[in-house]
Amino acid sequence: MELDPLLLSRIQFAFVVCFHAIFPVFTIGLASFIAVLEALSLKTGNPLWQRLSKFWIQVFAVVFGMGVVSGIVMSFQFGTNWSNFSYATANFLGPVLSYEVITAFFLEAAFLGVLLFGRDKVPQGVHLFAAMMVALGTFISSFWILSANSLMQTPDGLVLRDGLYYVASWTDAIFNPSFGYRFLHMALASFLTASFVVAGVSAWFIMQKRELAANKKALSISLWLILILAPAQVVVGDFHGLNTLKHQPMKVAAMEGNWETGTGVPLLLFALPDQENQQNLFEIKIPKLASFILTHDWDGEVPGLNEVAPEMQPPVFIVFWAFRVMVAMGMLMVLFGLAGLWLRRGDRYLESKPFLNGLRVMSLSPFIAVLSGWIVTETGRAPWLIYEQMTHAQGLTPSLTGGMALFTLIGYVLVYAMVFSAGVFYLMSVFRGGLETANAEQTDSDVEKAQRPISAANANLDGGL
Amino acid sequence: MEQPFDLVIIWAGIIGFSVMMYVLMDGFDLGQGILYPFAPDDHSRDIMMNSVAPVWDGNETWLVMGGAGLLGAFPLVYSVFLPALYIGVFLMLAGLIFRGVAFEFRFKANTTKYIWDWAFAGGSFVATFAQGAVVGAYVQGFATDNFVYVGGAFDWLTPFTIITGLGLVAGYALLGSTWLIMKTEGELQQWAYRVTLRLLVLVLLVFAIISIYTPFVDAGVMERWFHGFSIIWFLPLLALYSAYLIYSSVKKQQEGLPFVATMGLFLFTYLGLLASKWPYLVPPDYTLWDAASAYESQLFLLLGFLFVIPFVLGYIAWSYWIFRGKVKGGYH
Ligand code: HDD
Ligand code: HEM
Ligand code: HEM
Repeated sequence: MELDPLLLSRIQFAFVVCFHAIFPVFTIGLASFIAVLEALSLKTGNPLWQRLSKFWIQVFAVVFGMGVVSGIVMSFQFGTNWSNFSYATANFLGPVLSYEVITAFFLEAAFLGVLLFGRDKVPQGVHLFAAMMVALGTFISSFWILSANSLMQTPDGLVLRDGLYYVASWTDAIFNPSFGYRFLHMALASFLTASFVVAGVSAWFIMQKRELAANKKALSISLWLILILAPAQVVVGDFHGLNTLKHQPMKVAAMEGNWETGTGVPLLLFALPDQENQQNLFEIKIPKLASFILTHDWDGEVPGLNEVAPEMQPPVFIVFWAFRVMVAMGMLMVLFGLAGLWLRRGDRYLESKPFLNGLRVMSLSPFIAVLSGWIVTETGRAPWLIYEQMTHAQGLTPSLTGGMALFTLIGYVLVYAMVFSAGVFYLMSVFRGGLETANAEQTDSDVEKAQRPISAANANLDGGL
Repeated sequence: MEQPFDLVIIWAGIIGFSVMMYVLMDGFDLGQGILYPFAPDDHSRDIMMNSVAPVWDGNETWLVMGGAGLLGAFPLVYSVFLPALYIGVFLMLAGLIFRGVAFEFRFKANTTKYIWDWAFAGGSFVATFAQGAVVGAYVQGFATDNFVYVGGAFDWLTPFTIITGLGLVAGYALLGSTWLIMKTEGELQQWAYRVTLRLLVLVLLVFAIISIYTPFVDAGVMERWFHGFSIIWFLPLLALYSAYLIYSSVKKQQEGLPFVATMGLFLFTYLGLLASKWPYLVPPDYTLWDAASAYESQLFLLLGFLFVIPFVLGYIAWSYWIFRGKVKGGYH
């Protein structure tokens, strides 16, 4: 069998980018949470805020470290596997990624050191400032990278001359039609991720009756955030979808599992899309609802996949199901937000075992939603790399052979498997240590250890002494 | 488009500066990893790691800067070098990952500490070697056709690039040992003084081999250097003078000068290399101007650079300032 460098490169890119994506969504939200804790601590002088902050900074350090390492890989992936794409789009992609480095990455890297190790070296106000700069850096970073990605979804402001893209309007290109929606949707996703992880971990501590005063505060804050953010995400997601309908109709057709353009299209709750025969098996549907959601008219016309040839359709099964998983997670989140509000009366949310256990499980939900959301977005763009302008095949590195691509794919899988298991293992020990360990008086040897992001956490990796 | 300035030269300067920043800054912390297996004892290893721990992260950001900056200003370099060096780039990234993780875990692990020691040393060595081989591959040139790389997966791996790879390993180790002279005291510092002299001999040896070898790899280089006396001969002379300064300052047990002189050695060697290949950025066929991105893209990026980079340099300096001074028993 001939190894296909295109397929292998796509698998490799999807793998490394999904691996990377897990960390930023969490750090973006958590950085802001830490900045808020630091601000509360400075303003009220209540020591509880600082206890919380010290603990969450340690969690942050671990996740951020993994984000940096995997991000460095990403910035070389474009060139190694997609050199034709990089070369053609460099006039836009290059400046945007460079702006990301100079406005975001340097900011994060420099102030991170002060945030993690500088508590005793700088005044409290400066330390708060460092926390704010790190949080700001994560947002600036997502601004640029999402602009780059949105341009590939909804290209604008570019002209194509002799196979190269030139930027005709920087504002049109950077603020391209889907960018605003994507940025908002992603920002909310990051806040939700941090909220659910904080809620889940605090719930776990509360069930163990550890550091009740501080953890109750954390749980309460995160539940308020969830109550507001989760419904907001559903609304933003809806607008995002309407925008996608306008610019990438085939993606929406795949999300809806709709094979034929028509009016009064039903919403499918369940179906097994069968791309070979261009139909669905085992449909469970609500009449006319898809038309209503997408056009706000019960008999509105919704585009179907039959508008393009089968080989120009995205892989329907994946897009269809990934979209349902994301929406299901979104709905569950809304539910938990409401349940939290309901249980507030008489502070039952601090007592209810099923609710606290539910929150523990739900701390995984934002990661599932984010990965499925990206899979909808990216797989739904197939076969296009730049929508309706350049296909995956055209963007591939010409000199790349199947053997080379397979070698690095296996390499990345092995390396990441090791790094990831070590990271998760370590994160677990930070959680087990809890606020108590994070706030323990530091001994000399702890200080000696605490010189790096992940080692800033005062816990022992393999339990030995 | 009417072009009031030739931005290409300015961008060559900025990218050249970023690459030099990366080499000097990540060089001294990669050097710690290379020296690691030879350190006198475990306690010294702790100090070595702590001396670079708060800053290596920012240092490595210059690598990302170089990559993104090349894509922005000289996309041809990005889209030819990376495919051509495909396997080498993978090895470098894998090395950097393992090394980064080792930083994080070594102090946490007790029974498994030795694994992270090896990950740190091995990762640093592999990443450095791969970077050195990239330099060699640049001197060799690339098989291209119509702005696309057309060579094979291992064209970059030749005896010449192996020598440049090992040369950079010795060079980073020298940066690492002179950094230790500056940041430590007592026994470890004395060890660093001794190691520095040995590394200096090694570096000069590789320097000589490469200088003799290069003209045979690339006839253009021969032409440039031996066709009559030219001003560029000052560069190797300055590099040799830096080497002499390293030697004399180590003999006098000075603390800061060895590091500064090593930076000088790197700088003049680097400028010498650029002088050999100028104006070819993707040798043997494409010059700076062939490789450049569109004028308006370079301009757009330049405006941001001029505004932002002073701030960036400012707060980087500030963070170094906060962690200044000798590293003692793990304290800063
Ligand atoms: C929505 C946010 C987001 C998205 C979609 C991406 N990243 Fe990312 N990235 C971040 C948000 C982020 C961050 C929050 O800024 C990180 C996470 C941890 C960190 O250190 O910064 C980061 C780190 C990070 C780093 C290391 C920075 C450093 O040295 O400090 C690089 C080089 C990249 N990313 C590159 C990429 C590329 C090429 C992506 C495209 C596929 C990408 N990221 C997707
Ligand atoms: C961090 C969040 C992201 C995730 C989780 C993600 C996920 C994915 C996935 C799953 C694919 C594979 C689709 C397929 O081949 O069927 C893909 C493709 C791709 N994405 Fe993204 N993506 C993210 C961000 C980005 C960004 C910011 C860019 C560009 C600036 C980008 C550029 C690409 C490219 C070039 C491909 C084509 C390669 C391929 O098909 O695998 N992605 N992405
Ligand atoms: C039920 C409510 C939701 C709806 C209607 C919705 C809608 C959408 C749509 C239509 C897209 C694809 C946009 C495109 O490719 O053009 C998308 C992508 C995405 N969704 Fe959602 N979403 C919902 C909930 C969530 C939740 C709860 C999260 C995470 C916490 C999430 C995270 C994402 C991410 C990360 C992407 C990919 C990036 C992007 O294109 O914005 N979504 N969403």
